Amino acid sequence: MKLDTTGMESAAPVWGSHNELVDGFSAAPSFELPNTTDFDGFQKEAIQMVKPAKGTTTLAFIFKEGVMVAADSRASMGGYISSQSVKKIIEINPYMLGTMAGGAADCQFWHRNLGIKCRLHELANKRRISVTGASKLLANILYSYRGMGLSVGTMIAGWDETGPGLYYVDNEGGRLKGMRFSVGSGSPYAYGVLDNGYRYDMSVEEAAELARRAIYHATFRDGASGGVASVYYVGPNGWKKLSGDDVGELHYRYYPVMPSTVEQEMAEVTGA
Amino acid sequence: MASSGFQADVKALQKHLAARHLIYQHQHNKQMSCPAMAQLLSNTLYYKRFFPYYSFNVLGGLDNEGKGCVFTYDAVGSYEKVGYSSQGSGSTLIMPFLDNQLKSPSPLLLPAQDAVTPLAEAEAIDLVKTVFASASERDIYTGDKLEIVVINADGIRREYMDLRKD
Repeated sequence: MKLDTTGMESAAPVWGSHNELVDGFSAAPSFELPNTTDFDGFQKEAIQMVKPAKGTTTLAFIFKEGVMVAADSRASMGGYISSQSVKKIIEINPYMLGTMAGGAADCQFWHRNLGIKCRLHELANKRRISVTGASKLLANILYSYRGMGLSVGTMIAGWDETGPGLYYVDNEGGRLKGMRFSVGSGSPYAYGVLDNGYRYDMSVEEAAELARRAIYHATFRDGASGGVASVYYVGPNGWKKLSGDDVGELHYRYYPVMPSTVEQEMAEVTGA
Repeated sequence: MASSGFQADVKALQKHLAARHLIYQHQHNKQMSCPAMAQLLSNTLYYKRFFPYYSFNVLGGLDNEGKGCVFTYDAVGSYEKVGYSSQGSGSTLIMPFLDNQLKSPSPLLLPAQDAVTPLAEAEAIDLVKTVFASASERDIYTGDKLEIVVINADGIRREYMDLRKD
């Protein structure tokens, strides 16, 4: 019996050009590498022109009813806001979500690649892949590109046969299972609000409001986070987007302007 | 596709995409829709992730229903469907002005708001000319000449305008 080693194939990049016309997805994509002696120095320079958007706030937590996932939508290149409408919650398939933090292209590409691998798993095994399995696939790929300058800090959230699942996966190949995560430059602020308000037995509305508030507070204090706070819920029937609110408007909803008594009134000055 | 950056990489990228478009037409007997080309461009850029194309792109065209769409990219392939965008050395000058004139609601908002800017074609072309004239005043790398490509159901039309030559 021939062992099925497709899951164990090395995903490391290979020399030589790839033939895109007959691209198969069982092997990892092969990347052209620059012909230099100082690979690290080259990558350091190359990454300067993309300036990956590490400025972000994403969070996810498991509670009684499922998983809540939320993120902001700002992409910054240095001090310039390159976009206020980046989709940081990526829909891998109808029951699994991934969050984006770090390099936008890296996260987009590898999440799409993960979605393909998950679909292939479904076709090959006639059942959905578990969140554990999906996060392991991603972690292994990122581990094989370790040290090459990828920047990915993602959470894989989903609902499988064992119930809700949440994993944190990063570009070093690290993979952590947990109940609450927040990733990005705004994560300290989000953790403060999230840890304070978290209870396992919340309703979906309470959990959504907690997630929304945590993102709002992070965007308020962190300059690199902002835009639209999106909140997704993952339940037994898959994910559903619950809300997308502009954080500027959320500010006035949480802290409405109160008419206050005037302390000093400026009097009209007549004459010169 | 409009690209700024290193011209050799821009040329190579355009040739690569034109070839892939031709192959698609041979295999599927129809033109590629803009969203399809958008993902192809993203993958093409990412395959050179460790030796990037130094090219900052904006892609514009019609989707399968004939509606216009614009996609904006960074150098390694991250992309996003937007209502408007600019890339290049003058983009930091142009974007705030476009935000002011064209502010389309974020596609992430729920309940969703319609993102089509209600501009007539003549107004839109006028806006582009104004924008580039202003950018040429303040960015040394922008100027000489402007090429505007208008794509609609009737086809593709090109217009040219001279900019400051200093």
